[in-house]
Amino acid sequence: MKRELLLLVLGLFTCSIYAQGLMVRGTVYDASLNEPLPGVNVVVKGTTQGTSTDFDGNFVLPDVKVGDVLVFSYISFKTQEVTLENLAPLSIYLQEDLNSLDEVVVIGYGTQTKKEITGAVAVVGSETIEELNPQRIEQALQGQVAGVQITSSSGSPGAASNIRIRGISTNGDNRPLILVDGNVIEDLSVINPGDIESINVLKDATAGIYGVRAANGVVLITTKTGRRNTGLKFSYNAYGGFQETSRRLPLLNATEYALIINEAHAAGGQPNPFPVVGNLGQGTDWQDRVFQRAPIFNHDISVSGGGEKSTYSASASLLTQDGIVGGDKANFKRWTTRINYNLDVFEKLKLTANLLYTGTDRSALPENSLGSVLFNALNNAPTFSVRDANGDFTLAEGLGNEVINPVAQIANTFNDTDVQRISGKFGLDYEVLPNITAVTSLQFNYAEVEGRSFLPEVFYGSGKVFNIDRNVVSTSDNIFRDYTFDAFLNYATILGENHDLKATLGMSVFKTRGKFSGFTGFDIPDNSFKNAFIENASDVVDNFINGGDEFDSRLLSYFARVQYNYAGKYLLSAVIRRDGSTAFGPRNRFGWFPSGSAGWVVSEEEFLRDSNFITFMKFRGSYGIVGNDRIPANAFRSVLSGEGAYVFDDQLLFGQAVGLISNPEIQWEEQKTLDVGVDMRLFKDHVNITADYFNRRTENLLVSPPVSGILGASAPGSGSPVVNAGTVENRGFEFALGYDESINEDLSFGINYNVTFLDNEVISVNNGVGFIPGGAFGVGQEPPSRMEDGFPLGYFYGLETDGLFQNAGEVSAHATQANAAPGDLRFVDQNGDGVIDLDDRTYIGDPIPDATMGLNISVNYKNWDFGAYAFASIGNEIVRNYERNQPLVNRSIYTLNRWRGEGTSTTFPRVTTGATSNTLFSDFFVEDGSFVRIQNVQLGYTLPSDWMEKMGADSLRFYLSVNNLYTFTEYKGYDPSASSGAPIGGGIDQGFYPVPRTYFLGVNFKF
Amino acid sequence: MNFETKLKRFFAIAIVAFMPLSCSDEFLDVDSFEEDSENFFNTEQDYQNALIAAYDLLQSTYINVMLGEIASDNTLAGGESATDVPGIQEIDDMVHTPLNQQLQDMWGWMFSGVNRANYILEFKDKTDFAGKNVIIAEATFLRAYYYFELVKWFGDVPLSVDRRLLFGDQDVIERTPVAEVYAQIEQDLLFAIDNLPEVQSQTGRATRGAAQALLGKAYLYQDKFTEAANVLNDLINSGTYDLLADYSTMFENDNENNIESVFEVQYTDIEGAGFGCLQCSEGNVAVGFNGIRNYAGPLFESGFSFNVPVQEAYDAFEDGDLRRDVAILDINAWAEANQDFASGAGISFVEGFEHTGYYNRKYIARQGDLNTGDANLTNPNNYRAIRFADVLLMAAEALNRGGINEALAQTYLNRVRTRAGLADVMATGSTLTDAIYQERRVELVGEGHRFFDLVRTGRAATEIDGFQTGKHELFPIPAIEIELAGNRWAQNPGY
Repeated sequence: MKRELLLLVLGLFTCSIYAQGLMVRGTVYDASLNEPLPGVNVVVKGTTQGTSTDFDGNFVLPDVKVGDVLVFSYISFKTQEVTLENLAPLSIYLQEDLNSLDEVVVIGYGTQTKKEITGAVAVVGSETIEELNPQRIEQALQGQVAGVQITSSSGSPGAASNIRIRGISTNGDNRPLILVDGNVIEDLSVINPGDIESINVLKDATAGIYGVRAANGVVLITTKTGRRNTGLKFSYNAYGGFQETSRRLPLLNATEYALIINEAHAAGGQPNPFPVVGNLGQGTDWQDRVFQRAPIFNHDISVSGGGEKSTYSASASLLTQDGIVGGDKANFKRWTTRINYNLDVFEKLKLTANLLYTGTDRSALPENSLGSVLFNALNNAPTFSVRDANGDFTLAEGLGNEVINPVAQIANTFNDTDVQRISGKFGLDYEVLPNITAVTSLQFNYAEVEGRSFLPEVFYGSGKVFNIDRNVVSTSDNIFRDYTFDAFLNYATILGENHDLKATLGMSVFKTRGKFSGFTGFDIPDNSFKNAFIENASDVVDNFINGGDEFDSRLLSYFARVQYNYAGKYLLSAVIRRDGSTAFGPRNRFGWFPSGSAGWVVSEEEFLRDSNFITFMKFRGSYGIVGNDRIPANAFRSVLSGEGAYVFDDQLLFGQAVGLISNPEIQWEEQKTLDVGVDMRLFKDHVNITADYFNRRTENLLVSPPVSGILGASAPGSGSPVVNAGTVENRGFEFALGYDESINEDLSFGINYNVTFLDNEVISVNNGVGFIPGGAFGVGQEPPSRMEDGFPLGYFYGLETDGLFQNAGEVSAHATQANAAPGDLRFVDQNGDGVIDLDDRTYIGDPIPDATMGLNISVNYKNWDFGAYAFASIGNEIVRNYERNQPLVNRSIYTLNRWRGEGTSTTFPRVTTGATSNTLFSDFFVEDGSFVRIQNVQLGYTLPSDWMEKMGADSLRFYLSVNNLYTFTEYKGYDPSASSGAPIGGGIDQGFYPVPRTYFLGVNFKF
Repeated sequence: MNFETKLKRFFAIAIVAFMPLSCSDEFLDVDSFEEDSENFFNTEQDYQNALIAAYDLLQSTYINVMLGEIASDNTLAGGESATDVPGIQEIDDMVHTPLNQQLQDMWGWMFSGVNRANYILEFKDKTDFAGKNVIIAEATFLRAYYYFELVKWFGDVPLSVDRRLLFGDQDVIERTPVAEVYAQIEQDLLFAIDNLPEVQSQTGRATRGAAQALLGKAYLYQDKFTEAANVLNDLINSGTYDLLADYSTMFENDNENNIESVFEVQYTDIEGAGFGCLQCSEGNVAVGFNGIRNYAGPLFESGFSFNVPVQEAYDAFEDGDLRRDVAILDINAWAEANQDFASGAGISFVEGFEHTGYYNRKYIARQGDLNTGDANLTNPNNYRAIRFADVLLMAAEALNRGGINEALAQTYLNRVRTRAGLADVMATGSTLTDAIYQERRVELVGEGHRFFDLVRTGRAATEIDGFQTGKHELFPIPAIEIELAGNRWAQNPGY
């Protein structure tokens, strides 16, 4: 490398000797890589005189004179103009143009330039990923792309995120189709974000090229490859840092707690549990005992390069992350290696080969459930210490059956999930005729998922449901295999001068198989995780004794696409796809999915062509039908996968029974998507605007609603049939605005803002009752969430409150409400029957935000760079369900503002141990979950390039970064951004593991 | 051919060859890895496997047993608080509505049992083998058992004979009048009596005696005293069953399937269970629910303090009745007696909602089981569904109320009383009837019979607070079930 640099410098020096004539020499570099850039067009402005750079980025241009303007242009780079002041050799550094209209975007079985695209497609590039330091790719999409909502089910290491493109449309599977280099990879935890070149999101009916799998949108991920004609390049990226909780909930200290508990007992007519309060002090802060600072490290090394006929890239990475709760008991490790290789076997035949290996290792603690670690930290009494005088963990006696000592719980949690995965691609691309290219590729995935969990014998207190008298080990060993085979022909021609026609005709085959095995056994020797293997266990049970241990799902698809473009002004595209899916019975197996789109590049018209104001403007629209086949296998036929076990002669015997109730009539779900949008560039491309209106109407919704009990769906191992029953509409408006400006050579900045307004409405649920219930609240209460005609999907269905009863007169004046007393919540008698009961439940909120938005700011000053990312979610409600209703549990400090007599509070009810209806699911527990989060702030410094040259390196950058710096919200719980992702029953907080705040110090080194 | 031409040709062929690969639509004809339910019953083992699955739902009748007791004047709902399982609380207070999760569960679980029995009966002629009739008879017994529960609770219910109810049937099937359902129950049990052995190949399977007892009970519920007396007499005279000499050992785990058990629902503690699917538990869920809240002490284990006996039930026992302290645990007396526990700390427990100081001792959790998690849901205590004492008292009642044989009625009654250490009753007529009723209450307290005994004998309104005649004899069809069946069924009166 150093030698090459030296030669280059020498070369420049020698050039200058000969540059005395009427010619200019120079070298063009890629500014970000500091690498010579071959193939750059160099033209003298206003003439046809020009040349292009050679393999080493050098050019020679004869017949020039001082004062000429040279124009340097290259695809995906910003065009640069240089006025010749003398004829000294030039060193030109071209900046990559991230928003170039000529940038090539992957759209499924092909590519298009941004200019030509007629669908609603959003792109996130590798720069964004680098700046955000995500541990998972989904985090890089959060707030970046209008219409894409990312929620994390947890902040614990390795936890999955939910991707929702333009709202949720079903209570089934709302995940988009995710393809990595054309390969279906649903579990994004296996991808090292550093390997990603770009993420493209197909949001509208143009996703129709993926037919029956496209209903929830398509995410196309492209991994990095080398660049042709470049030397060997190394890059090393690393960051290390620590994570801490972004929030602690204010709870009562021991003294406040004891006083409140005494008051509650007095109100319930019971003796004071704490006759002496004065000596209690602050007590134990259980949150302090479970939260900790936890380290995170990532290393990532890659090599890439390319010759005239090939490119290559290889990388390896290692991530380790401990949890802010539980430390190494909530650890995630990931190691990846990847090789991409492209070769022109000969001129017309190109070969692509990729191989990706990933291993992950994860352990986790109980989360977001009754009895999770944080739930226990919030509810355990501050008067208990962590350990007693003997050094044993204290027992949470008197706090009900579920609340246990969270520190003991962490110590007694043992589990481990290990994933080994190999993914690969082998593709050929052959130019059969000058206009026709044949493409075939085979993609495969093989994954082995091994899990082991151990519940040691443990006693947490009398009657605790988590007590284990007999230790138990569970193991699982699951194997997943799939392949996708694509074969298609691309035809491209230009008829006459202006008729640009492209056509694609092809087929795709997808097959996925899985095999599960799992065992549960008891009585592990020494009560130790070390020995917790099934071979050491007694009474071993096969978890798949009822079958269900294998699946084989397939898709067979044919597709055709025509794209027409007249003079770059008028764009048309039409797609039709025929899909067959094994998810459906023989009668309904095949579906046709048509879609079409059109665009008008107004700025190409005469009247705008020379506008200084509008440099680019395109109107586009699309409409189409896409499908969804994500339902359990065999839903159309009746198989004996149910559970039928009974005891004869004191032995448990396993029989055979029907599984899911079958419905031979099911067919694919249809989504009719309309999108109308505009793309604009104003003020010499400094301003970039995209706006879309969309209406996604999902019909023939595939759901498993409750069915009549007489069918036996509630039998063990059975379940409701999958039926096409319902319609859901997601209407919305997306707007994205970008502005970037270079003030001078030293200072440039960019601002990007996007907002999505979404209106979700269930149009119908045709299951006989018009709704599907779901979710859980409290203990033993009715499901709090519903999918119901005329309401947002998964809205909260409970009692509406009307303040508190202030006195006995108000109680007697009100409808009969069980156990009501002054200081209690006053529920609204919705049906006016004079009685408050479950029939008075109504809409009390929904977890779907009205609007989500993202704001990104970047500033570059000399060698410094600064970036800040924020996103917001407005109008979503969240249910506070981490407070265990028990007389002796700890409470939030809002209890200090409780009702204590007439006029003392209209919000927080009295405390009492007596019978009360205050704990029924009502809007008292529903909070505004709106928030604004500063997701990332980063400051970087790149060492001056002349220093780099001395070191023989390309670039070296250091940065400091904070993720999840601060969240502005009124919500009382840990994290308003978290959601289980369940369409019905999401947005219910049982003690979410908050997304941590992370401080990073990182380095990017290229040489 | 030069190398490049060769390569070109190779790849061209490769591409063309790949194109039509698997193009045929038959690629999508994939068999299921599990057996197809419509291509089953090819071997005796298939029939046995389907039969085991039909028995499985008996375990879910824990909810019937619990609610049958809670609905009566014997116990209160209890639990943690007034909002702990509202469906149970409402039934206790006789304010239950058609919106009740537990009734919906019961409805679904009993029909699941019916469907699994009917699955076998639908294919009963498919394959022949020796001894098939025993399997068929067990299936008809089970169908009768589940339908009997359904008519007891809900009255008219959709009746399906030898045919599963499949998706779509819910839109057309009607509720069948109780009398017709009973006619089918009788027919099924008569078939079972004719085909079941006196002693089964395996403990836990339905026997001829079980079918006779259930038939007698079904007759009694219809006031068919003669038929009831006949079949119950046959059973008593068979000599297969007898009263257990020591009542106090009756409900202990080491005395399951004893001489007094005519039919017993079998449970085990070897498999885990969770709240997500209570009907999937192989343990007796009611036992954990009935248990002493946060208990630490000898003999028993902790539970959720539901189904707590009231003082009146405790007081219903005559002085000297050996059964009282077996049936009902007086927790305060127990605490008194175990002051030495834990080095003098004594026992500890938490008072739940509606704490009475009493627990349903027959079916609360005991120590000594495996406590497979969730330990509250996997208690192995079998439910003694039909005890010989119950048979004697049913026979006595039929003989007495049918005016058939007062002396024999007295004999049967006094067999039960003698075992309890009580003096003989010599009364006749309605006094004897009352004595039999009283005996049923104390003999069978905590076993889930009380509510229906009160209803079928017309005494519910006087004994149960809040009971409205003409309404509460039946429970409402869950509203959602009416809607899911196309809103065609009339609700039970009063709801």
